Amino acid sequence: MTVTAAAEVVKDSSMLKQKEMISGNYRKLETAAADGRKVAATFVPGNLNELIMCFDMLNNLPEINAIQNGLRKKTGGYIMEAEKRGHSEDVCTYVKADLGMIAKGNIGPDGQKLPNPDLLLLSYTGCFTFMKWFELLRDHYRCETAMLHVPYQGDGKITANMIAYVVRQLKEEVIPKLERISGVKFDIDRLRENLARSARAEEDFVWVLESAKKKPSPIDAYFGGVYYIGPIFTAFRGTQDATEYYRLLRAEIAERIALGQGPVTPTGDMPNERYRLVVEGPPNWTSFRDFWKMFYEEGAVVVASTYTKVGGLYDQGFRHDPAKPLESLAEYCLGCYTNRNLPARIDLIEKYMEEYEADGILINSIKSCNSFSAGQLLVLREIERRTGKPGAFIESDLVDPRYFSPANIKNRLESYFQMVDQRRAGGGSAPARAA
Amino acid sequence: MEAYIGIDLGSTTTKAVVLDENMDVLGRGITNSRANYDTACKVAKYEALLAARFTLLQRGLASVVAAEARLGDFLGSLERSFRLGQFVEQLDDLEVTCLEKAKGGRFKGREEAIAEAIGAIFVTLRADAPALFARDARRKSDFFRDLAGSRFMAVGQETAKAAGLSYDLLLNIYDKAIIEVENRPPSGEIRDKLLRALDRLMELSPDLTDLVAEVATPVRRALDIPTEEMSVVGTGYGRVTLPFSKEHIRSEILCHGLGAHMMYPETRTVLDIGGQDTKAIQVDDKGIVENFQMNDRCAAGCGRYLGYIADEMNMGVHELGPLAMQATRSVRINSTCTVFAGAELRDRLALGEKREDIIAGLHRAIILRAMSIISRSGGVRDQFTFTGGVAKNEAAVKELRQLITENYGDVAININPDSIYTGALGAAAFARRAAGH
Repeated sequence: MTVTAAAEVVKDSSMLKQKEMISGNYRKLETAAADGRKVAATFVPGNLNELIMCFDMLNNLPEINAIQNGLRKKTGGYIMEAEKRGHSEDVCTYVKADLGMIAKGNIGPDGQKLPNPDLLLLSYTGCFTFMKWFELLRDHYRCETAMLHVPYQGDGKITANMIAYVVRQLKEEVIPKLERISGVKFDIDRLRENLARSARAEEDFVWVLESAKKKPSPIDAYFGGVYYIGPIFTAFRGTQDATEYYRLLRAEIAERIALGQGPVTPTGDMPNERYRLVVEGPPNWTSFRDFWKMFYEEGAVVVASTYTKVGGLYDQGFRHDPAKPLESLAEYCLGCYTNRNLPARIDLIEKYMEEYEADGILINSIKSCNSFSAGQLLVLREIERRTGKPGAFIESDLVDPRYFSPANIKNRLESYFQMVDQRRAGGGSAPARAA
Repeated sequence: MEAYIGIDLGSTTTKAVVLDENMDVLGRGITNSRANYDTACKVAKYEALLAARFTLLQRGLASVVAAEARLGDFLGSLERSFRLGQFVEQLDDLEVTCLEKAKGGRFKGREEAIAEAIGAIFVTLRADAPALFARDARRKSDFFRDLAGSRFMAVGQETAKAAGLSYDLLLNIYDKAIIEVENRPPSGEIRDKLLRALDRLMELSPDLTDLVAEVATPVRRALDIPTEEMSVVGTGYGRVTLPFSKEHIRSEILCHGLGAHMMYPETRTVLDIGGQDTKAIQVDDKGIVENFQMNDRCAAGCGRYLGYIADEMNMGVHELGPLAMQATRSVRINSTCTVFAGAELRDRLALGEKREDIIAGLHRAIILRAMSIISRSGGVRDQFTFTGGVAKNEAAVKELRQLITENYGDVAININPDSIYTGALGAAAFARRAAGH
């Protein structure tokens, strides 16, 4: 569900580092069999990277492959291939992009052959599609599956029972399976070390996210944010590389703040911050640059986004904790943004609107995402009602290039920005006269 | 005359409104958008300025020609005379362009015969022209392309036959020429053209000779008032193509909201069904947009939907509404896709359903789509203003009234006869504001 540095925006050290980390992981995946490494496939929300690392296994994330392929404009062909094989137009396009890629030889975004997974680790169940996706993959690879059932936060909170329930599954189902498949015995101290590194990275990551409270914001917490979440949401959380990445990133942002600079954009620094927005929903990946341009050209900065929380709500205080390793993994899985109920999502957005002094809320609703598009209009209305700030609603898709209509989206965004202006001017319209 | 101009470049038509410094509407102009927004913009603006000039004439003559009917008759005759002059000018241009297109290449050896045939066609077209602009003449369209095209086709067939030429060949020449001609913006001063129209009026309507003499001086006086274009604001889908700076471009959402507010200050919800989009806009008591929703990814339920259905039925789009009004029942059309609606239509016809009942069902289908977009924007609040080309369709309005009443109870529903100009009106109001008034 996240992106890492595919696009060469501005070559800050952190970006170069992330790029190297990603290609390094794809290289490792390509030679996994030759190197005798076992591979787990898993999803971004609730991913158990620190645990997987304890078994010397590699982590391959199908969502990330779909995103990376989307950014490289490869998903259109893959989706058509999947549709040819019987997957309907309305199915999640991450799923179809993945199945299409597999059908066409399973060559990853970086051009290397991806390995067959040894284990499909379903560690988050808030998205029902994930389960169906892995059913299809299981059928294809005939490999083992581990399913960690993560209870939904139906009441908007995590209880001790929920944590105990997840921990028990980790102990009784997930860890034994990982041991058996990898042949490596579980060492809880190794997990503690990984989690300690995660927590350090999380600290710096949150500092970066919260820098957007400054005016001008030194970061774009959505278009830039999807790069910043890269390591921590994927195969790197718990590694020394990720810790190092966030240390570099934090230093770079601190420098931007010292220089009074706005966010980095594909065409350089954004000079004028005219609109501060909170965004709900993932970006469109196949036209990512064009989509972003529609914002920075108008001086619109996203100061907070919910999408950068799908792999963990660190800014709300959660940290992986080496002192209670399994409990903290459970709490992490339970606490992802996607596992929150609608009222909790609304509360969070409202909080962002206030804390980040946003001018409005924008929702990018995803056509093929039935799990998270539901209720978004209600979210919009409620946020408008509570904050009195204007909202806008646009629709596109994740990685299906057919569902991004630039003229319509640009038109809507322009209208929205002008609406914010008009509302700011407050009552500046012409007097009413009969025409 | 201070002129604040708003131009709305829609997908089907381009509209312009001229406001004076007091925010009173001086003139409105409309043209087909063609493939060339630049020309469409010039033509619409020219038309609106022409209409503004007629407003000034009316004001200038009101004290001279006491009887309102007599004044109306005179101004109507003057406009017809002007239109005739303009039409003949464009015919001349079209003939020259046709002759240019019929040279060399595949026309070699037949050039003379073709030129002769074209010449003959245009002799007839010019001779027929005054009748098109006669007092009680009924024209299906006011756009040059439609007027000239239908006459060319009617006369061309006979002429081609007589000259031993292929009709398709002549039509092909015409098709190429008309695109060039309609993309040439009007030239010449409105004032000079109106003066020529005044002269022509005496030839065309000898009964008006006395009146023309009586008003000659005040007419000249009204025509001599210079037009000061204070500010122009563009809106609509083609707005990015306008040679305006960013401050002179506004989104059609804001313009429709403000335009509707100017027409009906109590408006809180606006529905606009245009050629390719449907928008629901919520505005506050000052016409400021609070929320909006538009159709996404698909244009089913927009004006083009009706255009497509009209084509399928081999009818004019303006004939659909009246036909649907004759329905005794409404056939349920479930399709939300324009092309599928065509298939449903043929299916229902094959089942023996009456045309008017099916067409009524199609109107309902459009309005049901609009109702969904209204709901997304926050529902209907009192007062409700319906704008856009589809607001002129009585069957669509009937369905809308019914559904609004069923879902939102007793709500004032405003439909202005000039609702097609709502966006341009809002843009003109922004133009006035941009000029610092």
